[in-house]
Amino acid sequence: MPQVTGKKRKGILGAATLVFIIAGLYWGLVKAPPDAYQGDSQRIMYLHIPSILTAYLSFFLVFLGSCLYLWKREKRDDSLAHAAAEIGVLFTALTIIEGSIWGRPTWGVWWTWDARLTLTAILLLIFIGYLMLRALVEDESRAASSAAILGIIGFLDIPLIHMSVYWWRTLHQPPSILRPDKVPWENIHPELLTALAINFVAFVLLYFYLLSHRLRLSEMREEIKSRRMN
Amino acid sequence: MKLLRQTLLLLRKDLLLELRRHESLMTMFFFGALLLFVFNFSFELTPARVSELAPGLLWLAFLFTGTLGLTQLFEGERGNHCLDALLMSPIDRGALFLAKTCFNIVLMGLVELVVMPLFWILFSLPSWQPLPALFLIVFLGNVGFCVLGTILAAVTLKARARELLLPLVLFPLMVPVILATIRCMEALLRFGELGDALPWLRLLIGFDVIFLTVGILIFDWVVDV
Repeated sequence: MPQVTGKKRKGILGAATLVFIIAGLYWGLVKAPPDAYQGDSQRIMYLHIPSILTAYLSFFLVFLGSCLYLWKREKRDDSLAHAAAEIGVLFTALTIIEGSIWGRPTWGVWWTWDARLTLTAILLLIFIGYLMLRALVEDESRAASSAAILGIIGFLDIPLIHMSVYWWRTLHQPPSILRPDKVPWENIHPELLTALAINFVAFVLLYFYLLSHRLRLSEMREEIKSRRMN
Repeated sequence: MKLLRQTLLLLRKDLLLELRRHESLMTMFFFGALLLFVFNFSFELTPARVSELAPGLLWLAFLFTGTLGLTQLFEGERGNHCLDALLMSPIDRGALFLAKTCFNIVLMGLVELVVMPLFWILFSLPSWQPLPALFLIVFLGNVGFCVLGTILAAVTLKARARELLLPLVLFPLMVPVILATIRCMEALLRFGELGDALPWLRLLIGFDVIFLTVGILIFDWVVDV
């Protein structure tokens, strides 16, 4: 019976995701007032910030799964790292696309070599390299441990990349919510903050919904393989 | 001490093989020199602009030649199960990592010792003064490049199309080294001293130390099948 409960849990997760996405869209597109300077284009922030935060979350999960795999050699941990990397590519790419759509009316360009933009692009490249490595190593346990090494090294490299790219140049607007000099709710209209919070929850739920499906998929692949062998 | 001795033994083996075959060194050197010619056709390298462009161009050349070396790094071990034999021998995996890293650093260093003065001659740069300091920066860059490169060369060893895969996974991770070396070299060429670029030098050394340590610790898993 564990499968049925798993399905049920996934159903609940999916339904909750849907509710939050709809609520988030309503709050972000209708209820929240437009930004004083940027107007309606600012509304893309409600998707932009949650996507990059979930992308960071996947980087961390890749690192976690990689460490656990090298330590305990359990297939489950490797599947977690793999799934997180795939969804990470999706969310990182989404972040860049959304940012680009927002950047055009606000900065006047689709792309600029600003620190945070460059950093995000590099993260995407690392993720893609990780997935390519997985795809190109045929032996499975070998692919898993190779990918785990890359996952760990990539994660350790991020602070250094971050630092170097920041010294290199900065144009992106400084964070407006998590500022050291003020508490969050003083910097931003409460309605905007609510919209952002709802969308963030929606993205995290969506993330785990996708992750659970992706993990089930690799479980099923394993099952087929073991049945073929018997 | 044991680690050092084993490293030197393995390094001696690789250098001896290279001395007899000249494969990697020759291809790397000619590729580096070839790139200088390509640069000449691609950019208008007037003496006035060349100082500005030199750091980037030189590092580009070193990056490509270094990658060439990395793809050949484990070539000797691939045939006849030599890698398995090496792993079975009572040698610390960290020593294997250090030896391979040092080997590629030596190769890159030798190539650069020729290519950099060649750049100065071909594009008639005004002053030879900063060259020794530039070598030092480039050497630190080599260390970072080879440390991470050796780990990834070993990681991609069993992959299909590994020569293509290696730069794909390596270059995004090399961003700190590329930026730091180029900024340091720029400062040296422009002002004759590091000055404001000092934090970059620290970053570069930090990168080298961090990944050298990580490499020694992690290499057990890297080569373990």
